[in-house]
Amino acid sequence: MSENTEILLEVENLQKFFGDRHVLNGISLQVKRGEVTVILGPSGCGKSTLLRCLNGLEPVQGGTIHYLGQNLTGEHVNWREIRQHIGMVFQNYELFPHMTVIENILLGPLKAQKRDSKEALQQAETLLDRVGLLARKNDYPRQLSGGQKQRIAIVRALCMNPDIILFDEVTASLDPEMVREVLDVILGLANQGMTMLIVTHEMGFARSVGDRIVFMDQGKICEIADPEQFFTEPATERAQQFLNIFEYNKL
Amino acid sequence: MSLDWTFIADSLPLYLDAMWLTVELALIAIIVSMIIGLLFSLVLFYRIKYLSGFIVGYVELSRNTPLLVQLFFLYYGLPKIGLHLSEFDCAAIGLVFLGGSYMTEAFRSGIEAVSSSQLESGLSIGLSKVQLVRYVILPQAFAISIPSLGANAIFLLKETSIVGAIALMDLMNVAKDLIGMSYKTAESLILLVLAYLVLVLPLSLVLTWLERRVRHAEFGG
Ligand SMILES: Nc1ncnc2c1ncn2[C@@H]1O[C@H](COP(=O)(O)OP(=O)(O)OP(=O)(O)O)[C@@H](O)[C@H]1O
Ligand SMILES: [Mg+2]
Repeated sequence: MSENTEILLEVENLQKFFGDRHVLNGISLQVKRGEVTVILGPSGCGKSTLLRCLNGLEPVQGGTIHYLGQNLTGEHVNWREIRQHIGMVFQNYELFPHMTVIENILLGPLKAQKRDSKEALQQAETLLDRVGLLARKNDYPRQLSGGQKQRIAIVRALCMNPDIILFDEVTASLDPEMVREVLDVILGLANQGMTMLIVTHEMGFARSVGDRIVFMDQGKICEIADPEQFFTEPATERAQQFLNIFEYNKL
Repeated sequence: MSLDWTFIADSLPLYLDAMWLTVELALIAIIVSMIIGLLFSLVLFYRIKYLSGFIVGYVELSRNTPLLVQLFFLYYGLPKIGLHLSEFDCAAIGLVFLGGSYMTEAFRSGIEAVSSSQLESGLSIGLSKVQLVRYVILPQAFAISIPSLGANAIFLLKETSIVGAIALMDLMNVAKDLIGMSYKTAESLILLVLAYLVLVLPLSLVLTWLERRVRHAEFGG
């Protein structure tokens, strides 16, 4: 099974500063094809920043990121090309308000990837159908609920046929009753073997979707563990404290 | 007081000529300054070296000097260095010089109002910076800018009333001459006001309609 061991992303000793603030301090992480990595950690620990660095939205000040052996931290990185392979879904959907659902989805495939419009449309419709929103393809984002918008945003990322998708708290802006429909879509992707890096505050979801948990605190990775292990017997005290807060919140 | 209708009928052709002049000047001013504004705001967005600095300087200069001064400079100043332009050309250039900065500001604020997360969203699907502007930023910026673009268009149309200062027979000069020659002040002024109303009102209505249409098309509202 060489497929399962192919390393898509390799992050080594990543350093990121905002001014004097050391936001990522020596992050090292490997992502294999087909793996679902869930990143947990307290607010402000650098989870979003890490994802943004992987997508070239933030410059880094040290360390390396390799995507399929290609260095993303050197000079002259073709981020346009890389971003077609490393997709991203944002907390606030960020659909384009002036475009219909189908236009939103096809913009990348047609303009960035210059694909055949018939083929791209067919794929877009298949994906829309899979998330149950084919009937809404000519609606504008403002006509959709938050959960529907986020499912569209996921389809938009998927329609680029990326190798990896980064999810940054994609249910954090949703009303509770809509969280489920979005998480179900992501669970479905996990079952199909999509490689994903997921930042979330939904602990139950993290436990069921993750192949492993990366726990971060203050710009560092404290522990990387199997979900069962992490949620029952975390190795570090910081993780224990973090989980206790969530237990407390549940009461 | 009763109005002298014969006088009004006799003066109408003069007013119509002057209105046509106003329309010509306003159209040139509005269209060219919108093109300039769009180009300049894009230069500012891309932060093109040197050019950006030049544009910032131009905007300040244009917005902080009265149009009358700009026209005098073109009409009386340029001939001193051997450049002779017709009155009409001076007026057109002056209005464009003025309008260009206002339109630049209108487009620039529209572009800046598009949130940075929208830009990141566009980047994350692999768009180039040109595609980002074309498909993500400009459609949204344009919809945001429409009210101020429209206000600038009306502003420019009204500003044409100053070109009489460089001896063009515009509406103001026609009215002034008629009053001077015939003392029919009331008639001349009424015609003057009506002439501007006939010009400005339709433009206002068209702009209001356009604003609604664009918002509808852009955001499906
Ligand atoms: N653009 C920025 N400029 C300056 N500081 C920033 C910027 N973005 C993030 N930070 C800081 O970097 C640190 C990490 O932020 P980040 O958004 O990555 O945290 P996070 O783990 O995603 O938190 P949350 O769970 O609240 O989303 C925080 O201290 C934050 O204040
Ligand atoms: Mg975050």
